[in-house]
Amino acid sequence: MEIFLFQFLNLDIMRQAWPLILSGAQMTVLLCLAVIPLGLFGGLLVATGSISQWRALRWATKAYVDFFRAVPPLVLLIVIYSGLPFAGIRMSPFMAVCIAFFLNASSFYGEIFRAGVESVGRGQWEAARSTGLTWLQTYRFVVLPQASRNVLPDLVSNTVEVIKLTSIASVVSFTELLYAADMARSVTYNTSPIVLAAVLYLIVLWPVVRLVSRLEHRLGH
Amino acid sequence: MSALLDVRGLRKSFGTTEILRGIDFSVAAQELVFVIGPSGSGKSTMLRCCNRLEEPTAGHVFVDGVDLMAKGTDINAMRRRIGMVFQAFNLYPHMTALGNVTLALRKVLGKGREEAEAIGIAALDRVGLKEKAGNYPSELSGGQQQRVAIARALSLEPKIMLFDEPTSALDPELVGAVLGVMRDLKEAGMTMVVVSHEMRFARDAADRIVFMADGQILEQGSPAEIFGNPQNPRTRDFVGELSR
Ligand SMILES: Nc1ncnc2c1ncn2[C@@H]1O[C@H](COP(=O)(O)OP(=O)(O)OP(=O)(O)O)[C@@H](O)[C@H]1O
Ligand SMILES: [Mg+2]
Repeated sequence: MEIFLFQFLNLDIMRQAWPLILSGAQMTVLLCLAVIPLGLFGGLLVATGSISQWRALRWATKAYVDFFRAVPPLVLLIVIYSGLPFAGIRMSPFMAVCIAFFLNASSFYGEIFRAGVESVGRGQWEAARSTGLTWLQTYRFVVLPQASRNVLPDLVSNTVEVIKLTSIASVVSFTELLYAADMARSVTYNTSPIVLAAVLYLIVLWPVVRLVSRLEHRLGH
Repeated sequence: MSALLDVRGLRKSFGTTEILRGIDFSVAAQELVFVIGPSGSGKSTMLRCCNRLEEPTAGHVFVDGVDLMAKGTDINAMRRRIGMVFQAFNLYPHMTALGNVTLALRKVLGKGREEAEAIGIAALDRVGLKEKAGNYPSELSGGQQQRVAIARALSLEPKIMLFDEPTSALDPELVGAVLGVMRDLKEAGMTMVVVSHEMRFARDAADRIVFMADGQILEQGSPAEIFGNPQNPRTRDFVGELSR
């Protein structure tokens, strides 16, 4: 028991590692602030493409979505960061992570938005168009607000996945929360910093997960 | 051309089935034309071609002298002159009654919030629902929702209003208020085309009745002619069926 406490819940070591972990947490927040909006924006583009009246665009978005949902995000990230330099394309870890997440998250968010858009009845489009609104105005002011509301629980769940997934940025030496905690672990030969990082994830994500459950309940899923 | 709505040689096919097989008819300013006919005869399709929600396969639709099918016609600009009311109301559920009415005022006509709201309140007042401006559609009865939908179309000051079975989805006790609003519109001089099964309303409010079957207009005339002395056997059957 003592060994367990010493190895996993060592408060002294946690205290020592705290500044490093805190800066890692800040980087994770920064990463999320970049990657979530990127993914949502890309997802909107993907959803819009997938309901387009141009068949070629529909097929292209479908191929895109299938491909990037099938490729493991870690593989994608390593290809972008370590593979592309062989093609003469070099970038910072942050840039590589942003691109990988854009490709991955936009395909997942895109499918969610598409389901949302399809849940809005044809009558809504027709009513809006009959008052002279353009396709784009109808999409933006009438359809998308209802669509996002209808799939809000899925959007939030996927966001939780994205936040957790930001930890893969550690493999390209981006000093986010997991990378920082692992650095502290390797210096102290103690697992407590990792536990501390896990607790931080939990503190942030647990309320969000609760929120998803409540939303699902309210929308009667 | 004195007709406000002029439909010429209108045809519409879905796939290989021809649903509208050459429709010609026109509606004069301030006229209330009722369209009746058996289910599946193409009444809704014909009405929806009149604002190009449905793309005609052939023919022309002129509204206020403008050819809706012509290449240079700005269909969005024309549509705000053509109000449409649907069987299922189709209010925007995420907006209040006032929000429903002001959306097009703001986005299509480019009016500022205050002006749009003033016009919106006036339109809601016309259908007797001024005090419901802040309510969401889910908080309104079917009849109230349909009246908001009418206000939404009215607020754009259309030249003509198209109604597709505006009372069919309503409980009987809610029909009266909607027909009342339509009667007021008629009195105010609105030009209207109404697809409906409300024969009592047709009898005493319509200027003309158009009978459709199998994608064609088989007969048209005053309510007295169509109900009292129909010429076409199909009309006779249909009218007889109704009055039984
Ligand atoms: N989008 C569509 N695709 C294929 N067929 C359609 C479509 N819309 C309508 N139809 C067909 O066209 C025919 C006429 O339909 P329409 O809705 O115009 O009839 P209606 O006279 O309004 O009938 P009702 O009184 O039942 O409303 C029907 O047979 C219908 O199945
Ligand atoms: Mg119909």
